[in-house]
Amino acid sequence: MQVKPLDLGTKELMDIYYLMRLGRAIEDRLNLLYKGGRLPGAIYLGTGQEAIEIGASYALEQGDVLAPTHRDMMSQLPRGITPREVFLQHYARAGSLTHGKGEDNYQGDLKRGTFATVSMLPDFYPVAAGAALAFKLRREKRVAMAYCGEGSTSVGDWHEAINVASVLNLPVVFVVINNGYAYSTPVYKEMKVANVADRACAYAIPGIIVDGNDIIECYQETKKAVERAREGGGPTLIEAKTMRMRGHAGHDPATYVAKDIIDLWTERDPIVRFENYLTERGLLNEESKKEVVGRVNEAVEDAVNFAEQSPYPEGKEAVGDVYAA
Amino acid sequence: MSMQPNQSQDGQKETLFIDAISQALWEEMERDPGIFMMGEDIGPYGGAFKVTKGFIEHFGPERIIDMPIAEEAFTGMAVGAALMGMRPVIEYQYADFISCAWDQIVNVAAKYHYRTREAVPMVMRAPSGAGLRAGPFHSQSPEGWFAHVPGLKVVMPATPYDAKGLIKAAIRDNNPVIFFEHKYLYRRLKEQIPAEDYTVPIGKAKVQREGGDVTIVTYAAMLQTALEAANKAQEKGVSVEVVDLRTIYPLDKEIILNSVAKTGKVIMLYEDTKTLGIGAEVSAIIAEEAFESLDGPVLRVASPDAPIPYSPPLEDYYLPQVDDVMAAIDRLAAY
Repeated sequence: MQVKPLDLGTKELMDIYYLMRLGRAIEDRLNLLYKGGRLPGAIYLGTGQEAIEIGASYALEQGDVLAPTHRDMMSQLPRGITPREVFLQHYARAGSLTHGKGEDNYQGDLKRGTFATVSMLPDFYPVAAGAALAFKLRREKRVAMAYCGEGSTSVGDWHEAINVASVLNLPVVFVVINNGYAYSTPVYKEMKVANVADRACAYAIPGIIVDGNDIIECYQETKKAVERAREGGGPTLIEAKTMRMRGHAGHDPATYVAKDIIDLWTERDPIVRFENYLTERGLLNEESKKEVVGRVNEAVEDAVNFAEQSPYPEGKEAVGDVYAA
Repeated sequence: MSMQPNQSQDGQKETLFIDAISQALWEEMERDPGIFMMGEDIGPYGGAFKVTKGFIEHFGPERIIDMPIAEEAFTGMAVGAALMGMRPVIEYQYADFISCAWDQIVNVAAKYHYRTREAVPMVMRAPSGAGLRAGPFHSQSPEGWFAHVPGLKVVMPATPYDAKGLIKAAIRDNNPVIFFEHKYLYRRLKEQIPAEDYTVPIGKAKVQREGGDVTIVTYAAMLQTALEAANKAQEKGVSVEVVDLRTIYPLDKEIILNSVAKTGKVIMLYEDTKTLGIGAEVSAIIAEEAFESLDGPVLRVASPDAPIPYSPPLEDYYLPQVDDVMAAIDRLAAY
């Protein structure tokens, strides 16, 4: 198996930069389309979370599996989910990964190692643990990773899954994106612990806190957890401290978030930070940045056009595929 | 209580309901290394009802996995393992505890294939049903809840033969299947069953007794009540046909409608609470599709809309009895 190094080379760093820019651009466009009434359903954006969304998922290798939530579209990009697939899904077209059955970001493709989430979170914490169990039983050196927000950590599934995964020493990495709010509810109304990662000690597994806006740290700490899991070291809980920079969903202006909080986190924008990192190392300049942004815009433009011109499913397909043959 | 034993033939063996299930699980695990089990106390203890007694010694702790008390977790884990190509069989210690896993079953397992065309082959075993003086939390019949969820199959055998054949079919099915085992039958019902491998198709009901005057549609432990009532009615000159649904969903409409066409009179007998249950669905199907065949109202004999009580006189009052079925047969005689 081709395993990525802990210290990424230029090619990987530029890949990551492209994916961050792509994720941001897709979400910006989705926001515009939603506001313009062009999408049939809702949008759940992870803007501001690019570093952990892409950094953690990028630490997986081919054959590993990822269970994202509905806010984690960007986490699927390193797995090979394409902009066209993202827009087909949001436009509810027949050619989408869920054939028009699932909404906005509720897509996945097991062939590329991603699960299609449900709304009840973190329901895929146990599912990821089950995938990890399958790997362990078959002696496969594969790893499962599950994402959720800090809001999900109040739910029983979260604790049950981590506990069982610890007891069975499963190759699974649990990522919690602590973005400050569960819909409108701030963290201090969700939990008394200072950090979600503090809970790891209750399950006798490592609990790691990462700067959720620093993609190098997000990647490296997750990478260590992934390889520890792969080598039989069991699960890790990773808490990424970041900020949800838009509302819970497209309709939510998030007026409950004070403006100075947004201003503070704007200064910590993970893409700008990564650009500075790359620039300092001579890997990025105005010209190469322009080139990346150009490629991104082209991909998004192509994907939107492709989705808009793609057919809807036929109504009668509503009753298909309820059961497997 | 026991079924009329079949004529003993070569290759047939008298088998308890519970042993039929154990044998099927054992044989399937021998056949397919992708099958493994998760549940509470299923390992060295052998399960609360001993269905998996001796399994861990034979198949090892990797395939017979004792779980912490975490129904949501191990149900979700079954989904994850199934999506990775395994065939998990999970045991809820009592069907009553299946409600603890409700979300994973209804939102994750049931809807995954619909959205992604990826199969979720998993079996959820759940000992259900009343009659054991076990009170409100160890006696329930939750099949109606799950029969209402598209994406799930719900199976509920009434005989050792069907229990063995249906759980094999469930394990080989590519969908999430909930397999309710009426625990009153576990050690009270036995019959001759074949030694060789066989399956019973999911979605097919069975006429357990032929008759011409009245049809009783039933399933699980109530089959015994129906057969007893049918014998009593015979003494009074009323010929009763008994249809055993065997699978609650997908429901075998054809066999029900064929019987209605023959008798024109139907009693729906079930242990679950009466309102909005399987009986309502069967009645509606008959009303929609066999109205012209009916000679009388479709009657439901079921448990009252109350939790299941503990005290013996309360539980006896609560559960449908042979006399209740006889009263329904008498009422239909007036038509």
